[in-house]
Amino acid sequence: MTAALLAVGRADIGLTGLAASGGLIAVGVGISLWRRLGLERSLLWAALRALVQLLIVGWALQLVVDPDDPLIWSGVWLLFMLLFAAWTTARRAAGVPKVFALSLLAYALSGVVTLGVLFGFQVYELEGRTIVPLAGIVVGNSLSATVLVSRQLLEAASEQRGVIEGRLALGLSARDAFQPHLERALRTALVPQIETTKAVGIVALPGAMVGLILAGVDPADAVMVQISVMYLVLGSVATTTTVMSLGISRELFTPAQQLRRI
Amino acid sequence: MAAGPAEAPILTDITVDLPEDGITVIVGPSGSGKSTLLRLLNRLDDPVDGVITWRGEALSAMLPHTLRRQVGTIFQRAPLFEGSVLDNFRVADPDVASDRGGHVLEHVGLSADLLNRDAATLSGGEAQRMCVARALLTRPVVLLADEPTAALDVDARLAIEGLARQLAGEGIAVLWVSHDIDQVRRLADHVLAIVDGKVAAFGHLPELDTHADPAVRRLIGAPT
Repeated sequence: MTAALLAVGRADIGLTGLAASGGLIAVGVGISLWRRLGLERSLLWAALRALVQLLIVGWALQLVVDPDDPLIWSGVWLLFMLLFAAWTTARRAAGVPKVFALSLLAYALSGVVTLGVLFGFQVYELEGRTIVPLAGIVVGNSLSATVLVSRQLLEAASEQRGVIEGRLALGLSARDAFQPHLERALRTALVPQIETTKAVGIVALPGAMVGLILAGVDPADAVMVQISVMYLVLGSVATTTTVMSLGISRELFTPAQQLRRI
Repeated sequence: MAAGPAEAPILTDITVDLPEDGITVIVGPSGSGKSTLLRLLNRLDDPVDGVITWRGEALSAMLPHTLRRQVGTIFQRAPLFEGSVLDNFRVADPDVASDRGGHVLEHVGLSADLLNRDAATLSGGEAQRMCVARALLTRPVVLLADEPTAALDVDARLAIEGLARQLAGEGIAVLWVSHDIDQVRRLADHVLAIVDGKVAAFGHLPELDTHADPAVRRLIGAPT
């Protein structure tokens, strides 16, 4: 979706092409039946759900990508995306104090910082066609890492309580007492993204680039776009997880430097 | 003073003036609030009602880290930080040099050779003594000990008790929570008995041996 929206050229596979690619699902179903995996219904449901969701998104994107569309619609889209991401994070990292507000803040700040750089330096033009997909990349790629870092911090506050209070008892501030756990959680959340970035082009061709090439864009141009997207992903994941972890660290302690019971 | 969750306080009525010398052993049945009381004394928790003062100043008015560096704490399960013994010492005092670290280890009856040992490889008794040494690096004037020997064998238990006696002799007031009646009788200069979240008795051991409440006499193993 993102790649197609960024593309200069257009690829139209048509309904026949779409149906033919759907045949690949039949392969999966066939394997499931053959090996008695019992995954046929799940496979079909996932394929159908993806189809419906993307058709709806595609239709809705028409409302914002036209250069004549006012940017306010992109803003509405962004707001919805941020709220949905924060809600998903709150659901998947239940128990983290103020998780909805913190994750909303983290995604928003991350968007401001990373998109601010891209639009500030005019890497992309500021219009619905670019804002929505790029913001989608920021939020979509940050979500898993944000949930992971939140869960890790909550787990540390619970399972490492003795060690954290051991540091507090020596007169360390809450920030210093929690620092090793914060570093570990951030590293855990960021390392997979760093490894993915290192392996790009060797292990797998990234989606945005493939999409652009399929849409008829010169591979050299596609690579340039892909690199900027990769840097956007890295930057947004780093920013979101950092804001989130700092916010959670604050919420885990009282003003008297006591570890709250979560 | 009262403490614990507001809806179900663990300590409900504690009014006591604790001495700042020797070893005060805190006794009481499980769940009576002994550990809760200790946590209040270095502000790992705050009371829900009432006030705790030290040398005339309310603990709530003191900066937590300033208080905690003067009131050291030893926990039942020694919290070990990552790295060597020296790394552990540097959490308490970032500027501690190897020679001072070695001296502190010897002070608690451990070999200075342990300084570069991975803290995770220490035995239970060594770890607990290392934690005492680590706490001493902040130069505390009070040491809180929450059943520090509960998980140790007899030799290690006696070694830690000897260390507490030594520190008390050096002018550090020790507040020690214990379940062990023999330990109470070996260690206590003063005894604070807590039952059902209230002060059941406070005084010197011989005074409490003849206390009117048989529950108090049982808690301290008074001779019959």
